[in-house]
Amino acid sequence: MSEITAPTSRAAEVAAAHAHFHSFDEHHPENGTLLGFWLYLMSDCLVFACLFAMYGVLGRSYAAGPSGADLFELPLVALNTSLLLLSSITYGFAMLEMLKKRIGGTLVWLAVTGLLGAGFIGIELYEFAHMIHEGAGPQRSAFLSSFFTLVGTHGLHVTFGIIWLVTLMIQVSKHGLIPENRRRLLCLSMFWHFLDVVWIGVFTFVYLMGTLK
Amino acid sequence: MVVLNPSGDVAAQQGRLVVISTLLMLLIIVPVIALTFLFAWRYRQSNTEATYKPDWDHSTQLELVIWAAPLLIIIALGALTWISTHTLDPYRPLNRIGESRPVPEGTQPLVVEVVALDWKWLFFYPEQGIATVNELAAPVDRPIQFKITASSVMNSFYVPALAGQIYAMPGMETKLHAVINQAGEYEGFSANYSGAGFSGMRFKFHGLQGADFDKWVQKAKAEGKALGRNDYLQLERPSEREPVRRYASVAPGLYDAILNRCVEPGKMCMRQMMAVDATGGAGKAGLSPLALTEVPRGEQGQPMRTVAAEICTADNPTGAPLPARTTIQ
Amino acid sequence: MPDHPNLTQLIFGRLTWEAFPYHEPILVATFAAVVLGGLAMMGAMTYYRVWGTLWRDWITSIDHKKIGVMYIVLGLVMLLRGFADAIMMRLQQAIAFGDNAGYLPPHHYDQVFTAHGVIMIFFVAMPLITGLMNYVVPLQIGARDVAFPFLNNFSFWMTTMGAMLVMASLFIGEFAKTGWLAYPPLSGILYSPDVGVDYYIWSLQIAGVGTLLSGVNLIATIVKMRAPGMTLMKMPVFTWTSLCTNVLIVAAFPVLTAVLALLSMDRYVGTNFFTNELGGNPMMYVNLIWIWGHPEVYILILPVFGAFSEIVSTFSRKRLFGYASMVYATVVITILSYLVWLHHFFTMGSGASVNSFFGITTMIISIPTGAKIFNWLFTMYHGRIKFDVPMLWTVGFMVTFVIGGMTGVLLAVPPADFVLHNSLFLIAHFHNVIIGGVVFGVFAAITYWFPKAFGYQLDPFWGKCSFWFWLTGFYFAFMPLYVLGLMGVTRRLNHFEDPSLQIWFQVAAFGAVLIALGILSFLIQLVVSFMRRDSLRDTTGDPWHGRTLEWSTSSPPPAYNFAFTPRIHDNDAWWDMKQRGYERPLEGFAAIHMPKNTAAGFVLAAISAVMGFALIWHMWLIAGVSFAVLILATIIHTFNYKRDYHIPADEVVRTEAARTRLMAGHV
Repeated sequence: MSEITAPTSRAAEVAAAHAHFHSFDEHHPENGTLLGFWLYLMSDCLVFACLFAMYGVLGRSYAAGPSGADLFELPLVALNTSLLLLSSITYGFAMLEMLKKRIGGTLVWLAVTGLLGAGFIGIELYEFAHMIHEGAGPQRSAFLSSFFTLVGTHGLHVTFGIIWLVTLMIQVSKHGLIPENRRRLLCLSMFWHFLDVVWIGVFTFVYLMGTLK
Repeated sequence: MVVLNPSGDVAAQQGRLVVISTLLMLLIIVPVIALTFLFAWRYRQSNTEATYKPDWDHSTQLELVIWAAPLLIIIALGALTWISTHTLDPYRPLNRIGESRPVPEGTQPLVVEVVALDWKWLFFYPEQGIATVNELAAPVDRPIQFKITASSVMNSFYVPALAGQIYAMPGMETKLHAVINQAGEYEGFSANYSGAGFSGMRFKFHGLQGADFDKWVQKAKAEGKALGRNDYLQLERPSEREPVRRYASVAPGLYDAILNRCVEPGKMCMRQMMAVDATGGAGKAGLSPLALTEVPRGEQGQPMRTVAAEICTADNPTGAPLPARTTIQ
Repeated sequence: MPDHPNLTQLIFGRLTWEAFPYHEPILVATFAAVVLGGLAMMGAMTYYRVWGTLWRDWITSIDHKKIGVMYIVLGLVMLLRGFADAIMMRLQQAIAFGDNAGYLPPHHYDQVFTAHGVIMIFFVAMPLITGLMNYVVPLQIGARDVAFPFLNNFSFWMTTMGAMLVMASLFIGEFAKTGWLAYPPLSGILYSPDVGVDYYIWSLQIAGVGTLLSGVNLIATIVKMRAPGMTLMKMPVFTWTSLCTNVLIVAAFPVLTAVLALLSMDRYVGTNFFTNELGGNPMMYVNLIWIWGHPEVYILILPVFGAFSEIVSTFSRKRLFGYASMVYATVVITILSYLVWLHHFFTMGSGASVNSFFGITTMIISIPTGAKIFNWLFTMYHGRIKFDVPMLWTVGFMVTFVIGGMTGVLLAVPPADFVLHNSLFLIAHFHNVIIGGVVFGVFAAITYWFPKAFGYQLDPFWGKCSFWFWLTGFYFAFMPLYVLGLMGVTRRLNHFEDPSLQIWFQVAAFGAVLIALGILSFLIQLVVSFMRRDSLRDTTGDPWHGRTLEWSTSSPPPAYNFAFTPRIHDNDAWWDMKQRGYERPLEGFAAIHMPKNTAAGFVLAAISAVMGFALIWHMWLIAGVSFAVLILATIIHTFNYKRDYHIPADEVVRTEAARTRLMAGHV
């Protein structure tokens, strides 16, 4: 009897020790990509914080030139802002479609988001071109340097977001809403909404407060 | 070592601080280094007599000491810091010229205006009406008030025997208060790297007894050169290891123009620009190429700040400046 | 013809034949040496047919262990360049008195001291500590790799390309002549119109992207990939310090990116951020660069503190004293390091209350730092200390670093700083903490973890030589500088008038020679150890009787690190396992899911370097095209969804069986 049970209990010992010292599930980090992207986004937030700080310090250094009140066309900025805010809402719709696993719906709302974003950039480019044409370019004063850089950096981010959005649309239509693409859409979602929040800061501190005397 | 044994009261107080702070910290550092050697020796592997406690990794008492001892030193040092930083603030006028020697009643400080150029030093003496390049002098035991700026890049005005340093920055004015207690010749230089000629950017600071200082001033007046705006613009050009130069007279308002970056004719002074900006800028009229030129001078020869004209509108057909935006001196 | 000059300009920008320094004998000789050496090395590589291996197993590797080793190799190679700069400065300063102008005219001397600082911080210290963290952290937490292996490879190549740009400035054009932080207005386009500052900006921006992504990577790794049972307070101290370091990286490097971008806007577009005219404010640059700069030095020192914790504990054969206290101290240092930056420019005239505030916060940081020193001391207390080379470096560090720390707290008293700022006292202070801290720590850590990485120990004799040369060399090189600072001598001078200073500089030069011997000893150590590797072999994977998980793997570990993910029950996980009678499992191995190697990181970094070079030389066409190619290449890379594979179970079986045989044969 003992000869039959001894090997089994030894094997059981080994198995118990093994379980004590080891784990057997394939350990993949849950939401590692989302945490990583969030960390990157916070570092990007810091870049914007620096640009806001520069604007805060230099924003009234007009060098005897024009101020924001002289240059900003608030109706245009209001249009701009609405396009961007709307694009955040439409991205939200895209994500809802994604959660419902509807590729077509996702693509449609992504396209609308992209177009709204493009509209935002278009208006911003027009604004910049107009100011530069008048002589109020980034070289004229520290205020204008920080204005163009802060708003321009935001615009550059939106542009890259649009490129990314188009790329993702192609990838989703090619591979569908596989987990990899869903992760990417979630990352772009964070990016897009983040840019929206930054814009609210820009709109408030640069345009609205800049227009107050 | 001049930092520990200087000839000016401010530097002396600072040097003393160096010593006191070091001694305070040595209270911790010396035991730490001693313990390091002691423990390394005593607990070496071959010393089997020493107690071996491989799992002893915690002692609340010891932790309290470990955190408290440095904390106490830092509290002492922190208090010392707060007090000394305020009393030795370079912007603060002196209230003493030495240990137990307050500034005598009615003493006016000697004002010296300093400009750091590429790569030499220009000193103005507004009270005496003279200026010098690469030579500084002051009477012993009289407080000196330095007003410091630079022409191009960041420098640092430093005479170790006299007082601590302070940056010299273009378009900005820093201040330093100091006093020299012993006659002698001392080294002065820039303590912030400023380009190719940096190593040659040295000057001599002469501490002179009262009469000798007056003689020095007379020497400058006798040498007779004038420092006008054009002379300054020549001087401003990059050059290294300039010999000492003395000027008997200085163009009025020259230092102020240097500080405000408007020595060149036809350039708006920074003071005016900042005044315009304070009222919200000059509007779109500020975009014209003439907008940054020198503004007309008013009655006292002081620049009269008028904003470039307003855009013509129905209410203001001649584009004349609006009342609220004119004539701030 | 009218078109020709335009085309040349369009393609080559401001790069002309004058950019090549054929009238500078030192540079020509260096270039010749580099070319000959490079050709010899490439010849040897061809002869031994290692190109394929190099590409497949190293350049395109996403294995954190390979990447860690490559970072350290980069750091050590750049150490030679940075140290060459140091020797050149010491020599110049030892002879340039009175009529003797020395051998290095200001034009070169000013580039040498700038390059010395930039290289040592960005391309020696950063890669070395990044390499250590990369190699060790996944092993210490029981993971197979970092969270984002491809990004890891990309980060490494971006850092390397930054280093390449700095090296290129030696032979094409020139480097910045502004000091390592390039303050404007001196670094603006008006006072530095040449390419030097542009080399500075782009090499740092490119390397900075790599470092930032590395930071993101390691935080995600530590937060998400710890083995089951390893709670935060059961992590090894080195992992804790790595976590805090990478938090500092993510929170500080964006500021560097932003401020350098603003400087480049001033130089390229003509904006007025840091100019003297039209409203610019150079003081903002100083603030922003030091808001990055101070956390940077804590980024350098924290990993080394972690390494010392592991080493002291291991070689004292004792648990680390005050683990919780160490963790809290590290976290406090991390947070406080953001509240001290102004102490780098007390002399800029901020006023007494602002100066006092920052002075006091700086002093407060010394409290947790001091607590760490005490904790190491009390780990040694009642221990049984084996003075292997890592422990020698540790004791050397403990004595040397505290002196540097003391002078740092001294400089934190603003009125004291007014007389010592920018003097050689300051230079002595920061070399004291960086050499005594970071360099000693890196050598200790390399010696400690070398057997794990390569399967054999480093030769102890040459290790001791290196240590003693470095230790004595440091004191001879830098103690005179404290004296010189107290004598009122400022930094960055290439010529002196006062002959009484010369002896001190000569002593310092002697110290530099000793350090050179220390570096030479280390290189010899590498060669000798390789040649003697069979007699120095580590067969058990645990040559030091270690306490943390990395010592449970073979030396070197297999690609997958752990055949089975460990389950953690206590601090010093491996020690705990050994106490509980751990036996290696010999069967039951399954296939392991691993990421694939890729060339994408190398390619994207190379394109970035081309773009950087083009921007430096105003080669707008190439800059624009390479930018477009970069975007395109990135997009194409994202279309690759097949980035992983499985190591088959029988390969795992074979690898583990080979280890079993190795361990059995050397019981």
